[in-house]
Formats: sequence, structure tokens, C-alpha cells
Amino acid sequence: MSTDTPDLQAHGDLAPHGESDSQHDSGASGHEEHHGLTDMQYVGIFVFLAVVTGAEVVLSYWQPGGFFLPLLLSMMVVKFFVVVLFFMHLRFDNRLFAVLFYLGLSLAVFVYTVALFTFHFFSGS
Amino acid sequence: MSEDSVREDKTSGNGAPDLGNEPPKGSGTSTIDQIPMGGLPGPGPSGPVEGSEHGDTLTDLPGSDAAEHPPLASTTALSNNKMGMWLFLGSECLLFGGLISTYMLYRGRHSGDLGPDQIYDIPFTSVSSFVLLMSSLTMVLAVSAANRKDERNTKLWLVTTALLGATFVGGQAYEFTSFYREGLGFTTSLFSSSFFTLTGFHGVHVTVGIIMLLAVTMMLRSDRVPGRRAEVVELVGLYWHFVDIVWIVIFTLVYLIPA
Repeated sequence: MSTDTPDLQAHGDLAPHGESDSQHDSGASGHEEHHGLTDMQYVGIFVFLAVVTGAEVVLSYWQPGGFFLPLLLSMMVVKFFVVVLFFMHLRFDNRLFAVLFYLGLSLAVFVYTVALFTFHFFSGS
Repeated sequence: MSEDSVREDKTSGNGAPDLGNEPPKGSGTSTIDQIPMGGLPGPGPSGPVEGSEHGDTLTDLPGSDAAEHPPLASTTALSNNKMGMWLFLGSECLLFGGLISTYMLYRGRHSGDLGPDQIYDIPFTSVSSFVLLMSSLTMVLAVSAANRKDERNTKLWLVTTALLGATFVGGQAYEFTSFYREGLGFTTSLFSSSFFTLTGFHGVHVTVGIIMLLAVTMMLRSDRVPGRRAEVVELVGLYWHFVDIVWIVIFTLVYLIPA
């Protein structure tokens, strides 16, 4: 084996953050970029998610008229994408991973929205 | 690459590696027989550099294109494992989309006093949601520790995540039991069937996630992790966060929106 080739498998390293590993990962695998967030930022995101969840619960008891459903659904979507983008690192990762995931998600939303329309779910009849 | 084509390259002099002029290294045997069955080895998380156990391969020969530019394990230069996980999670959206849609259709099909508005315990489920959300934080801290090569904290956060997940599953079991005692069985109504199927499927996913977390922790302890450790922890983390985002949707659509 060539000695020029970094052998991550043999090193058994935890992360690509070592010098040689970083070079290898950015060049060869292309998916292990430094994700840019610190532990404290993750805690901050968690606090945000917890606050939004609390607001959702309060809203479900309060139910402010016509705003209730759109507001609740908006909060759900915000929480969903905050977790996907930051906790799952999709914002920092290769775009192909995002395409694979959003393809499945979009297909699911489309198929089941059509299914619910077919069963007159939104018309209430 | 077939054996014939290699032989042809040896004699043609068309820019291909000139195997005949180079003295064999390592064991001193011909390199043609040592090409791995799966093709030439390459770097990357999903394609470990192999082939040194039984002698050198074509890529090791000085002056060859392969030696200067090692082939990639994947045509996309991305981790196959990670791509597979994202593809799996994308397909899981369809599974849970179907279950959530079915619940939405049937949530009004129940007897008068055993409907969603009468039976759900929102404060209890809110606490469960908070626990699962907190497990997402501990999971991302485990991935962060793994990226820092901090093995001690990686294991600590993985076990914490598993414990929080177990707390969530325990809460779900308690909720199911209390519903059953109130008279809401799996076959009581279309509402109950769709509710238990949806939340039960999610609970099974959480349970599988707990098993994965504990398995990775054990493998880290015994130093038997296949592939790069940070990537293995990240893959489990992706699955765990997916379970969390599914619950985010279930919590709002099933519990918070009145029927």
C-alpha cells in the first residue's frame, strides 16, 4: 500500500478534524466539512425549540380564532426544519443529501395531500 | 478490470501502467492476482484502503495513474453509508406520511366519549415531547464530541440519549395503558386503530434507535466500530433526529389540533 494514502480505517479516528483526516475528508469524501456550530449554539437551538414547543402548547389551550391553525402549523414547520438543518447538519452537508431527503419528503406531502383531497378531507364533507 | 485487459495494457504502451518494467514490491509476486474482487481500493469512509495484507496492488505501483490519483470508492465522492441513510430517511417520510394521513382521515370516527378531545392528556404528552427534544440535543452533542475525538463524552451523551429515549417510550407505554383502561383498545374504533398504529410505529422506531445507540456505545467501548467512528455516530444521530422530527409533526397534528 502506498504510504501517501491516508488510511482512516486503520487509524480508527473518531473525527476528520485531525490534519491529515481533514485533508482526506474534504477532498475524498466531501461530506465531513466542519459543521461550524459549537455545543453552546446547539444548546441555544434546543432552547429555541423548547420555547416554540411551549408556545404551541399554550396556543392549543388558547386557540386564538382563525389564526390558530396556521400559527400552529407554522411553528411545527419551523421546528421541523430547524432540526433538519442544524441538528441533522443538512445546512452544512452536501447538497445531494438534501436532494435525497427533500425528494422523499416532497413526494410524501404531494401523494398524501392528493389522497386527503380525494377523500374530501379538506372540504369537511 | 479483467485479466486480459491488464495483459493488453502491459504490452500496448498506450499510457497505461507499465507493470512489466516495475519490480514487484512486498511479497514479490505478480500484482494482477492481488486486485481485490470489488475493484481497485480507494479512500473514503465507505471504501477503506485495503489490499496491503496480501501484497501490493496496482494502485501502489510508482508512476501509475492510480498511484498518483487513487480512485474514489464512490462515483459521487460522498460516503455511501450516509447517502444510504438519507435515502432511507426520505423513504421513511412516505411511511409516516401514510400513517399520519390515515389518522387524519379517521380521527373523527369514534364513539362519543372516547375521542381525541376527551382522551388525550396534553400536559403529559408535552413533557414526553420535551424529553424527546432534549434527547435530540444530547445526540447532537454526542456527534459533536465524536468529531472532536472525545470518546468519553461521546459515550456519555450516547447513553444519555438512550436513557431519554427510554423515558419517552416508557411514557408512551403508560399512555397506551391508561387509554386501554379507559376502554380505548386497538379495535375499538377507526380512530383508535389509526392512533395506536401511528404512535406505535413511532415508538418502535424510537426503540430501534435506543438499540442502535446502545450497540454503538458498546462497540465504542470494545473498539470494534466498523468504519470511521465519527461517521457511525453521525449515522445513528441522523436516524435519531428523524425520529424526533416525526414526533414534532405527530405532536402538532395528532395531539394539539382538536378533532
